[in-house]
Amino acid sequence: MSTPLLIVENLQLSFATELVIKGISFNINKGETFALVGESGSGKSLAALSVIRLHPSQATLKADSIQLTDIDILRTPEAELCKVRGQRVAMIFQDPMSSLNPVMSIGQQIAETIQLHFSLTKAQCSEKVLLLLEQVGIPDAPRRINEYPHQLSGGQRQRVMIAIALAGEPDLLIADEPTTALDVTIQAQILQLLKKIQQENGMALWLISHDLALVSNMADRVAVMQSGRIVEVAENKEIFSHAQHQYTQKLLNALPDINYRAENAKPESTVILKLTGFKVYYPIRKGLFKRIVDYVKAVDDVSFTLEAGKTLALVGESGCGKTTLGKGLLNLLPSTAGQVEFAGIDLASLSREEIRAQRSAMQIVFQDPFAAMNPRMLVLDIIAEGLRTLHAELDEQECITIVSDLLKQVGLDETALYRYPHEFSGGQRQRICIARALAVKPKLIVCDEPTSALDVSVQKQIIELLKHLQQTENISYLFITHDLAVVAEIADEIAVMYQGKIVEYGSVDQVLRHAEHPYTQKLLSAVPVLVQ
Amino acid sequence: MIILWTDALIYILISVITLLFFCLRGKEHFVRPWKKISHNRTAMTALVFLVFFLIIGLLDSIHFRPTDSQNNEIISVLDYWANPIRLHQEKSYSAPFSAYLYSKELIMATDQVPYWGYPRLEYGGSHLKDVQAEKIADILDKAWIGFVKGVAVIIILFYAYHWLWQQTSFSNKTVNTVFSTLLFLSTLSYMLVELSTYYHVMGTDKVGEDVFYQTLKSIRTGLVIGSLTTLIMLPLAIIFGILAGFFRGWVDDIIQYVYTTLNSIPGVLLIAASILMVQVYMANNQEQFTSLVARADMRLLFLCLILGVTSWTGLCRMLRAETLKLREMEYVLAAQALGVPRYAILYRHILPNVMHIVFISVVLDFSSLVLAEAVLSYVNIGVDPTTYSWGNMINGARLEMAREPVVWWSLAASFVFMFTLVLAANLFADSVRDAFDPRRIQS
Repeated sequence: MSTPLLIVENLQLSFATELVIKGISFNINKGETFALVGESGSGKSLAALSVIRLHPSQATLKADSIQLTDIDILRTPEAELCKVRGQRVAMIFQDPMSSLNPVMSIGQQIAETIQLHFSLTKAQCSEKVLLLLEQVGIPDAPRRINEYPHQLSGGQRQRVMIAIALAGEPDLLIADEPTTALDVTIQAQILQLLKKIQQENGMALWLISHDLALVSNMADRVAVMQSGRIVEVAENKEIFSHAQHQYTQKLLNALPDINYRAENAKPESTVILKLTGFKVYYPIRKGLFKRIVDYVKAVDDVSFTLEAGKTLALVGESGCGKTTLGKGLLNLLPSTAGQVEFAGIDLASLSREEIRAQRSAMQIVFQDPFAAMNPRMLVLDIIAEGLRTLHAELDEQECITIVSDLLKQVGLDETALYRYPHEFSGGQRQRICIARALAVKPKLIVCDEPTSALDVSVQKQIIELLKHLQQTENISYLFITHDLAVVAEIADEIAVMYQGKIVEYGSVDQVLRHAEHPYTQKLLSAVPVLVQ
Repeated sequence: MIILWTDALIYILISVITLLFFCLRGKEHFVRPWKKISHNRTAMTALVFLVFFLIIGLLDSIHFRPTDSQNNEIISVLDYWANPIRLHQEKSYSAPFSAYLYSKELIMATDQVPYWGYPRLEYGGSHLKDVQAEKIADILDKAWIGFVKGVAVIIILFYAYHWLWQQTSFSNKTVNTVFSTLLFLSTLSYMLVELSTYYHVMGTDKVGEDVFYQTLKSIRTGLVIGSLTTLIMLPLAIIFGILAGFFRGWVDDIIQYVYTTLNSIPGVLLIAASILMVQVYMANNQEQFTSLVARADMRLLFLCLILGVTSWTGLCRMLRAETLKLREMEYVLAAQALGVPRYAILYRHILPNVMHIVFISVVLDFSSLVLAEAVLSYVNIGVDPTTYSWGNMINGARLEMAREPVVWWSLAASFVFMFTLVLAANLFADSVRDAFDPRRIQS
């Protein structure tokens, strides 16, 4: 079992003068699952690419040795290496949409790889394609073979990617964040599939991930990477129960815990937001006159209430309508029907001008802090934009004072005022976004996946910040997320959304521990939990 | 001083650019790319060439009526300075640096016996007694004087620069590149100035006009067509593009209809029709256009107008697509959530983020418009035949290409000048694009 398949010694990769991978050594044994864990920018993906010499062409690769059983990868000519890739080592990537060719049917794409590595007749080849598709669990394979990537769902696309990777019958499968772009229930299926295939074929799996909980369920051995160095390598059980290195411990501590319980429930308070029968439909138009034939029911008859100073988490998978609900609520999208009552006022009864004034009370924080700020504006102007629009009476000096206070409140200092967004890291940018929302003293903030684009340790800080602000400012949050573990940390109540409807609604304790709806149960069982 | 229509527009353009420069001087996102360009040696060389052309064009845009004018003539500062070559008109073709006419004529000899031969030019090389023996030495002599003057000026400038800006090091690569380009330009122009008083350095054309003078005058035409057309095109493209992309719906539909319709009409047809219209108008209102220069200027202005109207669609389409992308960006949504009015969103969030596209396409369009002028004049729907332009020069030279021996200098002169201007504009545009490309800024 422990014969080494891949031995890497002192691998270094540098861009111009900057060393990105600072000499890492590890080995992967035959048939084992080896996980490389680290935060974004730690160089884990580059490490995987370097091992099969697919590193970016402007980077320079140095290593003492990279040995794949009998092949010395460093000294193999490029032409022969092409055979090693695919036949001995295969790779699957994070985003199945961009790694599949959109103008080729999936059958063709799998067949292409097979023909590269084996000389088979056409009939044998298509037989093998079918076999592979069945192996990766695509239902109704004979029909699906002629379909194009856009006709498949995200999970199915990733299955096709796995089929392509398996086509060359590799000894080592490198899976670079294979499930990050997928929903949690699909993630569970794909991971199961990978495990099953590994057992059947006896190949080694090199799993690259940022998700410690997931890794703890999958891996035999785990290596933790921090800014270009492997800081700790150990057996799975060892690392999660007795982490040696400080950084590993920090990562483990930052992990949100689904079993987290707030010490004491918040007291009852006034209702700030009341939604009744809220609907957002998109018409489907067909025919010559663009007649409306049907509707996509993005949000279908949703009702809930939110109390002041509390957090309602809206949980669901991608496409369930949770973001649409958030935006519809703020009037950023036209809603079809329903009543939004905010602080006792029915928003539908207000004129357009009054709604604009009302905007200050409801704010939004977005998922992607990189897209949420105008790259050509100073941080001061970004945060002060709402102030200047809604409080025209403030002069410039007052604005600057308010903005610097806000920056302090979200944990940044005044030097940030005259800098541009691109000079900040992801976590800092999210803080600026929160400051922008806070500037107009809102009573409700819709947080649309505010931590999904961030690393675990940064996620933890942002959650702490949001909780702290809630206590001091008595703000209510509508917290939209797909991550149940985060929900446990921050929410008071949970609403589970499925296909535009709320299927389960109740307190955190009730929903997470005594789920009644089968969908909630399925969701909960799919969440990877740290195995210690 | 007389201000023609195109002059006025050029002044406006220059003042707008100066104003913009002062407004944007403090904006870091705008200054950073320019700093990058200033370290690019190719770009700086190209810029020096462009500025040189621009100065000639500007000198040619200050018009006045000379005091000794006989026939209601309007001339520019450039004309005034170039008086010797402007007024040294020969009979017909003569080759560069030649002292003789290009074709044989019946000459009256001193002994009253006429014979066929190449007559001496009235001005070109007329100071020479024995052409054969003296010409080459004389040319070299005058060129040398010009060269020394040119070098002297640059050396003075070079030390003045270092003294004024307290620069102690003489090894700044970009500064040295700029000064070597200046050295090249200055020696070349001094040599040409020295020589052109005595010779036709680029020959003369069919009616005996100096070709060097013609090419110098053509610079203004090229610059006017390149810059005024973009000036007319820009507001149309920016306003329509952004509105279509941002509001979508019926606004988008109307704007798209307009530009697809406009695009489906052949541009040449529109240009021909509007030029004809201007001519008819001028024929009916002769009292407004008393001078030849004013008439030619009107036609030039209309050519710019119609070129602008036919060429905004490309940029408009690009801006529409970019705006469609931007309006879904989360910072636009965030601004909406903050209650920012729509015009403010357009102005504050959309416009600054499409400016790099505008900038790149302006510089790129410039060179293609200079070339377009040449093509249009060639098919006789370009500028007025009396306006000096590279297109007219090429058009005139076309008929002489079949002549034996060939008259090549008109074509060559216009080609060299046009090539230099367009190449400089393109090289500069390239580095501008690189510097403003947001993907490259990050790396």
